Amino acid sequence: MSGAAQERVVASAPGASAIAETWLWIAQRASAALLALCVLVHLVTIIYAVRHGLSGEAILARTRGNAAALAFYAAYVLAIAVHAPIGLRTLCQEWLGWRSASLNWLVAAIAVALFAFGLRAGWAVFVAPA
Amino acid sequence: MNMLQVSVWRGAAAGEYRTYEVPRYESQSVLDVVTYIQRSIDPTLSYRFACRVGMCGACAMTVNGVARWTCRTHVAKVAEGNAIQIAPLANLPLVKDLVADMREFFDKWARARGQFVPSATRKDAFARVAADSRARAAVEAGIECIGCGVCYASCDVVSWNADYLGPAALNRAWTLVNDERDGARAERLRAVAGDAGCHACHTHLACSERCPKKIEPTRSIAGLKRAVAMAALRGEL
Repeated sequence: MSGAAQERVVASAPGASAIAETWLWIAQRASAALLALCVLVHLVTIIYAVRHGLSGEAILARTRGNAAALAFYAAYVLAIAVHAPIGLRTLCQEWLGWRSASLNWLVAAIAVALFAFGLRAGWAVFVAPA
Repeated sequence: MNMLQVSVWRGAAAGEYRTYEVPRYESQSVLDVVTYIQRSIDPTLSYRFACRVGMCGACAMTVNGVARWTCRTHVAKVAEGNAIQIAPLANLPLVKDLVADMREFFDKWARARGQFVPSATRKDAFARVAADSRARAAVEAGIECIGCGVCYASCDVVSWNADYLGPAALNRAWTLVNDERDGARAERLRAVAGDAGCHACHTHLACSERCPKKIEPTRSIAGLKRAVAMAALRGEL
């Protein structure tokens, strides 16, 4: 390996650990599999609600205290929080050439935010006052 | 006589296209055209070739925007009207004219642990590899690579990430991962994992589309992704 190439490999900190990258890849594939299912259920639910002309109150009546719905949306939000930031990280690396450790912090923050806000929404319709 | 208008890249990174008139013949290869220019019009034109029969992988160039092996590319197949544009391979530093610097390309084969590592000595008996085994079939599918660099020049991921090992090096690694005589499986899987390795592939399939030997590096890279993931899950990475 030439000196310049070696320097470049060392410089690309997020790519330095092949094992960490592999686990990120596995996490993204696994979350994608979960998302395929969740998105389908979510879309069917939306179409059902729209076609039956359900009002906001009628929807809340179904989600209020519904542990199954809460569990489903918690899994959905988790899959999104894992999947989206990893993909965003790759986009930033390839399109912007952003490969420093700061990128990892940013996508970690996005993951936490997606999970927190998503879960908050799921929790809100679970505990919605009658 | 029917003449071909041939636009050829001249110079190094800072250069320009220069147009030459070359007589057009039947069954004429793009390499024939380049050779005609060098021997009959401008002897300062630099290009590479060796075997002229699709074995050595030396003569790959960009023809009308597409990386091809020029010795086995007919002018009739690629000419647009009577015009043809010939440039050096993309994604590689340029030496001069049509000569790309292949060092990085082959250094990456070494970085992907493209060397066979024997697990037996000369005193051991010959390995008996079942010809119909799945692993042997995977080796068979990828082993005929001639190292021309067409896949590497066609790969979007290489253009985005200079460290990416590229289709040819990863395909080579995959043939060795499936070679039951090889003794460096874990090291090789580590070498091809991650941001610069198989996980960076976006499955655009340009390599498989353009490979003149009809090898499918994309399939090999997918195999590496699975093998690396399994090794990680087993804690062997």
